[in-house]
Amino acid sequence: MDAETSLTDPTPDATLARNARRARRRRRARLTANYAALTAAAIVILFPVYMAVVNSLLKEGQIAEQPPPLFPNHPQWHNYSTAWTSGHLSTYLANSAVVSITIVVAQIITSILAGYAFAFLRFPFRRTLFLVCLATLMIPFEVTLITNLNTVTSLGWFNSYAGLAVPFLATGFGIFLLRQAFLAIPKDLEEAARLDGYGHWRFMWRVAVPLARPVVAALAVFSFLAAWNQYLWPLVATGGNTPLYTVQIGLKELVGTQADQLNVSLAGAVIAFVPLLILLIVFQKQLVRSLTAGAVK
Amino acid sequence: MTTVELSPPRLLHSRRSRLRREALLGYGLVLPALAVFAVFSFYPFIRNFKVALYQSPPVPGLPSRYVGLHQFGHVLSSSNFLESLLTTVIFVALVVPISLLLGLVLAVAAQRKLAGLRIYRTIFSSTVVSSVAVAAVVFGTLMNPIVGLLPWLGISTQPPLLENTTWALPAIAVMSIWQFLGLSFIIMSAGLQSVPEEVLEASRIDGATAWTRFWRVTIPLLSPTIFFAIVVGTIYAFQTFGQIDILIGFSNDPARLHTNVLIYNIVTTLQQENNAGAAAVMSIALFVLTLLLTLVQMRFLEKRVSYGR
Amino acid sequence: MARVLFHEVTKRFDETTAVDRFTLDVEDGELLVLLGPSGCGKTTVLRTVAGLEEPTSGTVTIGDRVVNDIDPKDRDIAMVFQSYALYPHLTVARNIEFPLRQRGVDKVERERMVTEVATTLDLDGLLSRKPAQLSGGQRQRVALARAIVRSPLVFLMDEPLSNLDAALRVQTRADIVALQSRLKTTTLYVTHDQVEAMTMGHRIAVMNHGVLQQVATPTELYEHPANVFVAGFLGSPGMNLMPGRVASGPDGALLVAVTDGVLYPPASLTAALTPGQEVVAGVRPESMSLTTEAHGDISATVVLVELLGAEAHVIARTGDESHLVVRQSWSAPRPDQGERVSVRVDPGTLHLFATGTGDRVSPPP
Repeated sequence: MDAETSLTDPTPDATLARNARRARRRRRARLTANYAALTAAAIVILFPVYMAVVNSLLKEGQIAEQPPPLFPNHPQWHNYSTAWTSGHLSTYLANSAVVSITIVVAQIITSILAGYAFAFLRFPFRRTLFLVCLATLMIPFEVTLITNLNTVTSLGWFNSYAGLAVPFLATGFGIFLLRQAFLAIPKDLEEAARLDGYGHWRFMWRVAVPLARPVVAALAVFSFLAAWNQYLWPLVATGGNTPLYTVQIGLKELVGTQADQLNVSLAGAVIAFVPLLILLIVFQKQLVRSLTAGAVK
Repeated sequence: MTTVELSPPRLLHSRRSRLRREALLGYGLVLPALAVFAVFSFYPFIRNFKVALYQSPPVPGLPSRYVGLHQFGHVLSSSNFLESLLTTVIFVALVVPISLLLGLVLAVAAQRKLAGLRIYRTIFSSTVVSSVAVAAVVFGTLMNPIVGLLPWLGISTQPPLLENTTWALPAIAVMSIWQFLGLSFIIMSAGLQSVPEEVLEASRIDGATAWTRFWRVTIPLLSPTIFFAIVVGTIYAFQTFGQIDILIGFSNDPARLHTNVLIYNIVTTLQQENNAGAAAVMSIALFVLTLLLTLVQMRFLEKRVSYGR
Repeated sequence: MARVLFHEVTKRFDETTAVDRFTLDVEDGELLVLLGPSGCGKTTVLRTVAGLEEPTSGTVTIGDRVVNDIDPKDRDIAMVFQSYALYPHLTVARNIEFPLRQRGVDKVERERMVTEVATTLDLDGLLSRKPAQLSGGQRQRVALARAIVRSPLVFLMDEPLSNLDAALRVQTRADIVALQSRLKTTTLYVTHDQVEAMTMGHRIAVMNHGVLQQVATPTELYEHPANVFVAGFLGSPGMNLMPGRVASGPDGALLVAVTDGVLYPPASLTAALTPGQEVVAGVRPESMSLTTEAHGDISATVVLVELLGAEAHVIARTGDESHLVVRQSWSAPRPDQGERVSVRVDPGTLHLFATGTGDRVSPPP
């Protein structure tokens, strides 16, 4: 410390300013480095999708160009229409939509009903039954695959919408989420409604579900995502009969038939990806909420 | 009157019937879900054990033969099974630690209260919506020996990447890491939110550098989340099927054996060899493996995990 | 030397100004309380000393160093957070020794210091427990222990008592005051509780909307509040504030006309007042009493009488629907609800503030 600086005077302004400038420069450098790293990571992560979009708009021969073109100079929009038609994507997208929506609606309803029962009603073995519902989450799909296939076939639902949707009409995860949401409703509300003469059914649909709406939305987004992206079951349960393919299997088929036309295959992939990207951007909050329900205990 | 009547018999009866009605309603509401679970989760699970005890006929249509545990021994010691088991383990060991580490690093970097980070957060979590098929097609193109990125980067393997016996599995691993990164990021970000800001501030005042803060405060407080992410990641890695199905469809057989993870093995055994019995045995093995790993992680990590909120 | 100097410290968050040109000198060894309602900026001021917030402009000085650009860890300060901010995964002993470890103090020395501090704060038996196993009061003591173990230049405390129940709060208040006067460390203490402020601080800095209203000893603040805000904030029940107008009395003396009454300013203020001037008149409840109509200054109707054991509060309504609170001793005769009463103001206890700025009307220099 400068011995001449009086103990009652603050540090002279010049030193102050110099220190401030130096500190600010250091901070700015750190910040820039931070942003640079983040941007680099973002580019790496977005890169595959970006290249897919670019390549999907290239002419057939262009894809093989070296270095690979980073921007389509003559976008071949017709690749998309080719993918659409020869990939039967309209049919497959419709199939995916039907199956996914069915699954989402069914999962929401069964989860609300069961979640309500576990949260508000008393009955013997309630806790056991709840654990049983949770236990289904432990059973991996490969174990049930074979039998489910048999069951669906013997019910006559092989290669049908019913067969595609029916194993997934309920989910332990949804029951867990809804029960938690219902438990969070203050007891006072329930008692007030009881005094007002609300029976369980009315209470469920007029009070409990509206209050649990954010959770229902989160579950819907999650279920839709899972259902839309399914691969193994639709593959196995349609047994190679194309009209019922969902868009994921349809992609596989497209790739097979368009062996040389990578740009068309990519166009198909982009088409399949777009609904989900919209989902992410619009429903990001709900998605994050559902995915982290188990993490933050 | 020396005794107090608690409630007249009529009221008692109505209370009993009210409870009974409540119970009936409860069962009724739970029934739809339980019915689905019974038919499509529990019944198959149990029946799977039964199927595993029967040897499937070489030609479909013939009855299967009860062989009991002999089939277990036979399948589990086969080189086919053991190789695919090894492949699976290697695959999981590649995918899970790397995705978690990257997810954690990105989550920490994107968590600050700086401008514009929301876009980065959306980008980092975006891969969570990618489907298996989309990822496969996209990466398949990137890794294509002729048209992909690799020639430009100067990487050229013979045989080409996805047909290469050494490099096919890592290639699929890279794709799976990319896909899982979104979820890993989301989970880690959520966990970071629950690390109290004031504790970190206290550590700043107490003299901890950023490095120390990360290792001595953030990570210990994040351990439940890390544990959860490991469990989720492991289960996810075990279920990797579609990418292999589509991509190895891109190329020829030699690589398939080297990417023959258990689940893929199970499905091909079932569908192409029509060997339900062997497939059932392998699926039980996979289930046990997953369960064991989850239990081990729970036991091992719970000792280190410091709850204490 | 561990003074803390604030020179025109301003902090802006986007569009809001949380702290506006805050200037204050805190003496070495002083316990200065930063008092104000939620959102007044007191915690932000504290955090600029800690280094957790950087001032948008202005300087903060600790000792004889300007610390604006210095990291929290190099400022030689310690902070007790409202939530205590203990490390949940470490034992009490490890929590307390954490700052020592970071500074490279060797193991033997660390143990000695931790034991010493633990004894001071009565934590001896708890050293191997984790925070989750402690009560609120015990956690608070651990937070204090962690702060004092390093003997820093300045203690910063952010509402450390607000999470404790009332009885514990009173006890801990006294403990902190005793500790501070023994250690003689400069302390900045943030609270919104005026009772805490009045009983603990050597001086109190009252803030509102980011602006320093007044800094003075508790007595000075109570007896000579600098503006309407300080006048109304300190004191329980709060000061009665009545809008009024200066007028000329029959004998030429100035008086203040309020709803249903007339008040008499002290002679020293006459020079500062002009007839027709709008003012806010302030009288503390304890300076009012009920009397016969002939001797009263304001007439009002009783709305409610609150019985508080040692005293009673008579709440009465004047013509414009505003309420006055009169403090009575327990033994004084109590009026009935609805009764019309006459309120007398003790001479010399009238405070006057300018309508508009709210500043105190003082005798011209």
